[in-house]
Amino acid sequence: MGWFSKTDTIKKIVKNDIWIRCESCKAHVFKQDWKNNLNVCPQCNFHGTINAYERIGLIIDAGTFKEINQSITPSDPLDFVDAKGAYREKIIETREKLKLNESVVTGTGKICDIPVSLAVMDFRFFGGSLGSGTGEKILLAANYAYEHRIPFIIFSASGGARMQEGTLSLMQMAKTCAAIARLNDRKVPYISVLTHPTTGGVSASFAMVGDLNIAEPQALIGFAGRRVIEQTIKQKLPDNFQKAEFLLEHGFIDAIINRKDMKKALANILSYYIVK
Amino acid sequence: MMKHAALKTDIPMLDFEKPLAELQKAIDKLKSHALDKGEDFGEQLKNLQLQYEQNCQAIYAGLTPIQTVQIARHPHRPLFCDYVSLLCSDFVELHGDRCFGDDRGLVGGFATIGNLKVMLIGHNKGKNVTENIERNFGQAKPEGYRKALRLMHLAEKYDMPIITLIDTQGAYPGLDAEERGQAEAIARNLTEMAHIKTPIICTVTGEGGSGGALGIGVGDIICMLQYSVYSVISPEGCASILWRDASFAPKAAEALKLTAPSLLQMGVIDEIIPEPAGGAHHDYRKTIDAVRDAIIKHATKLSKLPVTKLIDKRFEKFSKIGKFQQ
Ligand SMILES: [Zn+2]
Repeated sequence: MGWFSKTDTIKKIVKNDIWIRCESCKAHVFKQDWKNNLNVCPQCNFHGTINAYERIGLIIDAGTFKEINQSITPSDPLDFVDAKGAYREKIIETREKLKLNESVVTGTGKICDIPVSLAVMDFRFFGGSLGSGTGEKILLAANYAYEHRIPFIIFSASGGARMQEGTLSLMQMAKTCAAIARLNDRKVPYISVLTHPTTGGVSASFAMVGDLNIAEPQALIGFAGRRVIEQTIKQKLPDNFQKAEFLLEHGFIDAIINRKDMKKALANILSYYIVK
Repeated sequence: MMKHAALKTDIPMLDFEKPLAELQKAIDKLKSHALDKGEDFGEQLKNLQLQYEQNCQAIYAGLTPIQTVQIARHPHRPLFCDYVSLLCSDFVELHGDRCFGDDRGLVGGFATIGNLKVMLIGHNKGKNVTENIERNFGQAKPEGYRKALRLMHLAEKYDMPIITLIDTQGAYPGLDAEERGQAEAIARNLTEMAHIKTPIICTVTGEGGSGGALGIGVGDIICMLQYSVYSVISPEGCASILWRDASFAPKAAEALKLTAPSLLQMGVIDEIIPEPAGGAHHDYRKTIDAVRDAIIKHATKLSKLPVTKLIDKRFEKFSKIGKFQQ
C-alpha cells in the first residue's frame, strides 16, 4: 500500500502549490526550481509556458520595451453563450484575474540594441486563442515594423482559433498573414518563434511563415489535434509526433533553441539583416 | 445522368422537410391515379403543387442554423464536378504540386466561364463512397494546398482571375498530412493569396470548414450561397468541446453564427448568392447560373482596377475584419 500513500502525499503537496508536475517527463519539480529555471524542466528540458511579460523580460533589453495597443480587448461579437456561461462574463473574469486584456502583448523594444517590433502571446488568456483583438494587435505590430522597416518577431503560444468569436476568429488567420505578406513585399524581416503549444489556426497562419521558424525544445506544434488524428487514422501516433523535434526532422523549422539562449540567438540572426 | 435535373422525388428528404415529402407522395399518387384512370385531376393537382410550393417557401424561410448546416452538407448538393459541367464551357484540369503528389480532394485548372478565361480551383467532394475515399471527402492534404498555390501563381503569370469554390468539412487531419506540413501549406496560401497580383473571387458553395476552407478562401470578393455555412469549427466539434457533448450541435450551430446572413452582417463576406426554394440540390442549373452571374459581375469589375490598387484594397478588406473593444 506504500505506493498509494506515496502518490497521495505527492498529490497533496502538488495541491499545496509547492511542486510542479512536468507535462513531458511527469517528474515532480519544486516550483521554485521550475521558476528559477525559466519554467523549463530541469529533468528533461521541456520548455513550459511562460507569461508574456516574463518572456519580454528575457528577450528585450531592460527599460526599452514600450507596449502598444494595450487597451484592445475582446468584445463578444457573437453574444456567445455555451454550457458554462457567457463569453462576455468570462472575458471580464479573465481580464481581472490576469490583469491582461488580450492573448497577445505587443510593443517595441531592443534586442542587444537592435530595434524590433514584437508580439508575444500569452497562453493564460483563453488558451492563447486567436480572437479579433489578438489579430488586430498582431496586424498593428506588423504594420509598425512595416512603416519603420524594423524586424518583426512573434512568439506564439496558442491552442488555435477562438471558437467564441466564430468565423471572425478564423478570418484573423487571413488578416495576420496579409500583414506578413506586406512585410515580405518590403523586405522587412519576420521571425516566428513557436513555443509550447502552437496548434490549430495559429500554426496554420502567421506562426508557420516566418523567414525563420524557430522553436523551443519539445514544443507541441501542429495543425490537427492528436485525438482527432487518432480517430481518423485509427492508429497510435509516434511519441514525438508534433513535437518541435519532429517538425525539425520534417523540414518545417530552422532551429530549436533553448529559452536561456534565445535572446543571443535572435540578436545574432538579426545581425544578418542589413538595414539599407 | 439524372444529376443535372434531379426530380424532387429522387432526393432524400431531410427531417424538417417531412411535410414536403408527404405532399410529394400525394402528388405522385394523384398523378399515377390520373394515368391509370385516364381522368384529369388538373385542379386537385394544381392545388397540391401550390401547397407544396408554399410549404417549401415557409420551411426554407424559417431555417434554423443546424438545418442550414444539413442543407450545406446535403448528399445531393451540387459539387465541384457539377460546377465544371454547368458553369464552364471548357475545363483543363492541371495536376500535381510538383513536389509530392496530386491531391484528388482539391483540384483546379483552366476554365472558360462565359467569355472569361479563369483559373478554377475547388474542393472536390465525391458523389459516392468510392470517389469519396479517393478524395478524402474533399478534405485536402498539404499537396492539395500547394497545388492550388502553384495554379494561382500560374494565373498571376497569365493575368487571369482566380475563382475558388469552397466546400470542405476541413483540411485532412492525418499523420501524413502533419508530416508534410498541413499547417505550413495553409499558412503559405493565406500569406501568398494576400498579394497575388490578379483578382481572386471565392465562393462558399457548401461547407466552409475552418482553415481547410480558408486555405483557398482569401480573395477580393467572398460570396456564399444562401444555404452554405462558414465556420471556425464544425457545430459537432464545438459542442463536444464547449458543451462536452456533440449532441448539442444545434445549440453550437446557433452560437457560432455560421450562416450567410450572419456573416454578411459581420462583414466577413461580400455577397449572398440566392438559391432556389428547397435549396441548390432542387435545381442545379438555376443555382449555378446565379453563381456564374456573380462571378462574371465581380471579375469584370475587379479587372478594371490597377493591380496595386487591387492588392491595397485586398489588404484593407482583411485588415478591417474583426470586432473588439478599445
Ligand atoms: Zn520534464
